[in-house]
Amino acid sequence: MSDVVEKTLTALPSLLSLDSQPGAGKLSSTSKLGQFIRNITELTSKHEEEKLIKKELAVIKDQVSSPYTTMRQMRELMVRSMYCEMLGYEASFAYIHAIKLAQQGTVLEKRAGYLAVSLFLNENHELLLLLVNTVLKDLQSTNIIEVCMALTVVSQIFPKDMIPAVLPLVEEKLSHPKEIIRRKAVLALYKFYLIAPNQVQHIHGKFRKALCDKDPGVMTSSLHIYLQMIQESPDSYKDLVGSFVTILRQVVGGKLPLDFNYHSIPAPWLQMQLLRILSLLGREDQSTSETMYDVLNESLRRAEMNHNITYAILYECVKAIYTIHPKAELLEKAAKCIGNFVLSPKINLKYLGLKALTYVVQHDASLALQHQMTIIECLDHSDLLIKRETLELLFRITNAQNVTVIVERILSFLRLCNDDYTIIDLVGKVAELAEKYAPDNEWFIQTMTVVFSLGGDLMPPDIPSSFLRLLAEGSQSEVDDRQLKVYAVNSYLSVLNDDCSHLPQRFLQVISWVLGEYSYLREGLDQEEVILLLKKLLDQRGVSAETRSWVLSALTKLCRGSGRAELALAVAESLSSTLDTVLRQQGHELRHLIQDGSLHARVLPQPAPANSLEVDSSLSFLDGFVSDALAAGAAPYKPPHQRQEELGQQRAPTLEPYALSLPMSLSSCTVTDRQSPSVLSMSSGLSANSTEPSQRAGVATLMLEGVKRVWGKEGYLPQRDTSETPATVEEPSDVVQSSHQQVVIDISQPEPEPEPPQLDKKQQLASSLFVGLGSQNSACLLGKTEATVPRFRRKPHLNDASSSGTSERSSDSSHSSHSTADSFLYGGLLEEEPATPIQSSRHAPQPIAASGSCEARQHGLTVNGVDENRGGAVVCAKEEKRAHPTQLIESDMVRVRPNALAEGAVVPPQNCSRHLPSTSSCGSDSEVLKLPFELQNLPHSDIISLISDSHLCISCCRVFREDALLIVLFLSNSTEMVLCDVALELSCEELQMGSLRGNVMESMAGRTSSVCHYTVFMERPHTHVPFTGTVSYQTQPGHKHTLHFSGKLTTADFIRPLVLSTEEYGKLWLSFSHDVKQNLRLLTDAGDPLIATLNVLKDCLQLHIVDIIGSEGIVACRLLDGAPCLMHCRVHGASLAVWLRSSLSSFPDCLLYHCQRALQEH
Amino acid sequence: MQFMLLFSRQGKLRLQKWYVPLSDKEKKKITRELVQTVLARKPKMCSFLEWRDLKIVYKRYASLYFCCAIEDQDNELITLEIIHRYVELLDKYFGSVCELDIIFNFEKAYFILDEFLLGGEAQETSKKNVLKAIEQADLLQEVSHHEACIAPSGNAFLTQHSSFLIHEPTLNSHILITRNMCS
Repeated sequence: MSDVVEKTLTALPSLLSLDSQPGAGKLSSTSKLGQFIRNITELTSKHEEEKLIKKELAVIKDQVSSPYTTMRQMRELMVRSMYCEMLGYEASFAYIHAIKLAQQGTVLEKRAGYLAVSLFLNENHELLLLLVNTVLKDLQSTNIIEVCMALTVVSQIFPKDMIPAVLPLVEEKLSHPKEIIRRKAVLALYKFYLIAPNQVQHIHGKFRKALCDKDPGVMTSSLHIYLQMIQESPDSYKDLVGSFVTILRQVVGGKLPLDFNYHSIPAPWLQMQLLRILSLLGREDQSTSETMYDVLNESLRRAEMNHNITYAILYECVKAIYTIHPKAELLEKAAKCIGNFVLSPKINLKYLGLKALTYVVQHDASLALQHQMTIIECLDHSDLLIKRETLELLFRITNAQNVTVIVERILSFLRLCNDDYTIIDLVGKVAELAEKYAPDNEWFIQTMTVVFSLGGDLMPPDIPSSFLRLLAEGSQSEVDDRQLKVYAVNSYLSVLNDDCSHLPQRFLQVISWVLGEYSYLREGLDQEEVILLLKKLLDQRGVSAETRSWVLSALTKLCRGSGRAELALAVAESLSSTLDTVLRQQGHELRHLIQDGSLHARVLPQPAPANSLEVDSSLSFLDGFVSDALAAGAAPYKPPHQRQEELGQQRAPTLEPYALSLPMSLSSCTVTDRQSPSVLSMSSGLSANSTEPSQRAGVATLMLEGVKRVWGKEGYLPQRDTSETPATVEEPSDVVQSSHQQVVIDISQPEPEPEPPQLDKKQQLASSLFVGLGSQNSACLLGKTEATVPRFRRKPHLNDASSSGTSERSSDSSHSSHSTADSFLYGGLLEEEPATPIQSSRHAPQPIAASGSCEARQHGLTVNGVDENRGGAVVCAKEEKRAHPTQLIESDMVRVRPNALAEGAVVPPQNCSRHLPSTSSCGSDSEVLKLPFELQNLPHSDIISLISDSHLCISCCRVFREDALLIVLFLSNSTEMVLCDVALELSCEELQMGSLRGNVMESMAGRTSSVCHYTVFMERPHTHVPFTGTVSYQTQPGHKHTLHFSGKLTTADFIRPLVLSTEEYGKLWLSFSHDVKQNLRLLTDAGDPLIATLNVLKDCLQLHIVDIIGSEGIVACRLLDGAPCLMHCRVHGASLAVWLRSSLSSFPDCLLYHCQRALQEH
Repeated sequence: MQFMLLFSRQGKLRLQKWYVPLSDKEKKKITRELVQTVLARKPKMCSFLEWRDLKIVYKRYASLYFCCAIEDQDNELITLEIIHRYVELLDKYFGSVCELDIIFNFEKAYFILDEFLLGGEAQETSKKNVLKAIEQADLLQEVSHHEACIAPSGNAFLTQHSSFLIHEPTLNSHILITRNMCS
């Protein structure tokens, strides 16, 4: 009942109240406002309303400035001005009075004053400075309500510069006895964190206290801060996972007070916040993920009520499950959940289901297949939002086979769409798809024509310029290129012959460029006709000056020949009096070129040769200037994107259109060599620059714009090694073949559901949309299984092409050289060790200390049962073979490197079965194996066991020599028998194998070991290089045994530090053109983050840290003694912005990948 | 959340709260565009819409539209529930709330909103706590203005302006349901 009374009191204006009575208080003031509101609502026209409000504002203005107005009246006036502002009429005269009211009024008036301030002003308003003192005073007040009000206003609007003034007071409030104060203080700090993260850095410890607050409200508020901080650097908060899981478990278990229930669901907001935090923490972190499986399962189970709020929680749950390290059981449940969403008749849920699906198809495209009919229905949904989200989903599952249908759908949506933001977004997507998957030239040109005419002038300039670049650079096939160009010319001529007054300027520019450049390619085309068409365009109204200039350039290219020259001359004449100076100058140039034919031929040769323009992309002619400036203390150049990053993020909504997700840019790099490191990791066995086979192989499975495929029907797909199956061991580099095998395996599985023969229209659509999806070919309905290669593979860089060639050639030669070498060595040159040329040429006096250790080692070997006299005499430390002192580079280089090889080494199954208990000592054998003395001082890896059988045990060690990688293989006879005719063979297709020794032995006595060296060189970086080998031996004549083994090398094995000075670095930097930029994780656990991170990289990858200045560091390395790679690192927020340059195109990508790995593993 | 708008079926703005700094001109432009877009939507349509780079979540309660702008990564459904919780709070505070309450006591509606959402984030999700905070502040008001006031029955006034009423049968029953569930 009290509600009713209060409502009556507050809501209803008193009819009896009199404005003139000063003591009338609340009622009179309400009535004044009430009267005003009633007057306004009674009005019918906008004009009358305006008149009334103007009048009202005049009255208010008059009253607020009167010295006789009491604070109470002021409060009422403020409410009225707030109302006027809400109706859209400015009452700026009241702003200062609102601040005054907050300052001087009693609690009640203050409240209105603060409210008015928060409504009138925004963060950047200069008057806010006047509020700071009031806030300070109120924060110190003993009245809780005043403190609350101050905290509320602080967390809504507060000038950034003034944060330090109030920060200590707000901080103090974190330990206030009242929970409402603590809660508001936490939120105020959250706000501070958002606008000035650096200023609250010192109170991170107090956030933890807030997280442990006994009041659930305070704890919930602190999660806002944590969500934000964890988003920025998830790794710094891994220790809190346990707490978050416990909190979530308690919440889900209903341990919170019932107050926090919402529709009988316990604290849904809190649950969702926690789910988000957990998903951030569990991403790509298996051990962390494992701790949360239970609670996620519990959340899924509990959220079964049929209410919006449970769906909201479920959605977050599903997202979390797909974000963290996968678990099959949970994935299955999550997929079922998504199904419920998608199939729901409620439109809101359907939308959320589509959104979840769009998120999930990145990981597992087969889910889209399950819901294909629903997706088709959504495609024709009456609600645009649903349609739009469906298109987004389709965009993510596009491949070479369904591209035409999907693009057709998107274009038909675009034709009806009139929202600029959507158009720009979708046009970019269509252009991307068209370039990536176009089935033929005709389709490509037609699609791009539609894109240009629909996208209009809103379209970002990348799309046309990328299109033109594609035409100009062409693909690998010349015939194809020519056809494409001719088709473009043809279709643009027909466009120009029609009415082209409605065409956007950008399109006209593209047309004129293409006609100018390529119209000569079309046979039987009268160039005069083209000139006439262009001339018509030039005279057309509504064509912008920029477009005219494009048209004129085209004319200039075409004007050769008598009849054409006259036409062009007429154009040039007509331009001589134009007001536009650019056009006038172009006209002038045109006239000159027409008159001087030889000049024209020189400036604009007809078939514009592709490489005619020598563009010095590194601007090397400016090097001197730049280095002078740098020496004089100028800051190094920062590219625009880097500068933008530094500007910091603003929270304001970006009212600019979406940035395009196009991977194209005008920079010198092409799409193909812009592979992200994650792609590299996917194609584990692939070399970095052989995108071609990877793309081709991808067709058989998926083409999700470089999305890493880690999910399959069974859940997580472990990274596939090329050395996994024996078949691939034989031909490790032949990825195409390995993927074929994959396909064969897939097909051989029984088809899950045979398709019914009758296909209605929708199913036909479905089959055309979802063709080629899913890992199994059987999964697509009418699946055409033939793989199509993406049409427009951009022409690879010259050195890429040559590299693939050389690698093939070199693999051939390595084959042949092996066989000859083998037959040569079988000839019985046993004791004769063909020492590596480098070693033999580098004799050095033996250091005394080394000889001591030499003896010690020999002793050790004898103890371990290796008798040099009896043995194969291979393991002997002769003085001549001592390493040259220059190879003992820096003392810190002599270290054992982590074992990347161990994970790569896979034992073929047939050998596993032959394992006997007696060989279990093999593992311990490898511990006592020692490197030959001359190699011991070189940096090397651990000795790991590769394979063993009942007789022989093979171990491997990598030794990192300055100019090469030495693979040292240890053969140990684990029996008492003598093994005969032991022959070892090692091959690796991508690498050059240098010298080898000790790979054939006539006999090997029982319990002895033998060492064999291979020198390996890498000329072009490959992320991972598999190698394979075989050992054959005879226990008794005629009983031949063979052992297969394999392993994997990485670029990291071939990286050597490059020692140089900062100046040399600067010079070298400018001379390289291949560059890659990326953000890396910054290690923040110990000391200076930059130094810590660089040290980790240095230790893992043998980089040389050239210099560290402030937040920037420069690092150098090279590939063996060959191509250098320079890395420039800069701390940016919580990440490390690195910029790599090298003379080898694929080196930066490779190095970047290994840096990421190194940091991840750290 | 970036901002929240309340407007009537006639397109009149009833409440606006901005959590991002924008100029008045932009605010007006956004409001105008959004009111138009939302009013043009049919009742069976999705409660969400894409607008510029934001997501708009809206819900109609009788003659009043509640409309929130969120970022793309935010959860639309929970935003819908935030709106609903706010309506519940208003309902509990004003008795059964109607548009009139919000028009004539818009500053109260703002106070409640500020206790519920702070800086665009849900501050306090316990209904009891929010109302307690408001009532404490209101208490001061009662103490400082203890003049007795006699007013005519509210019903007479409300029937005079029945066009303002937001209480349609559907909403009434809806709020009743939610009350039963909460208690």
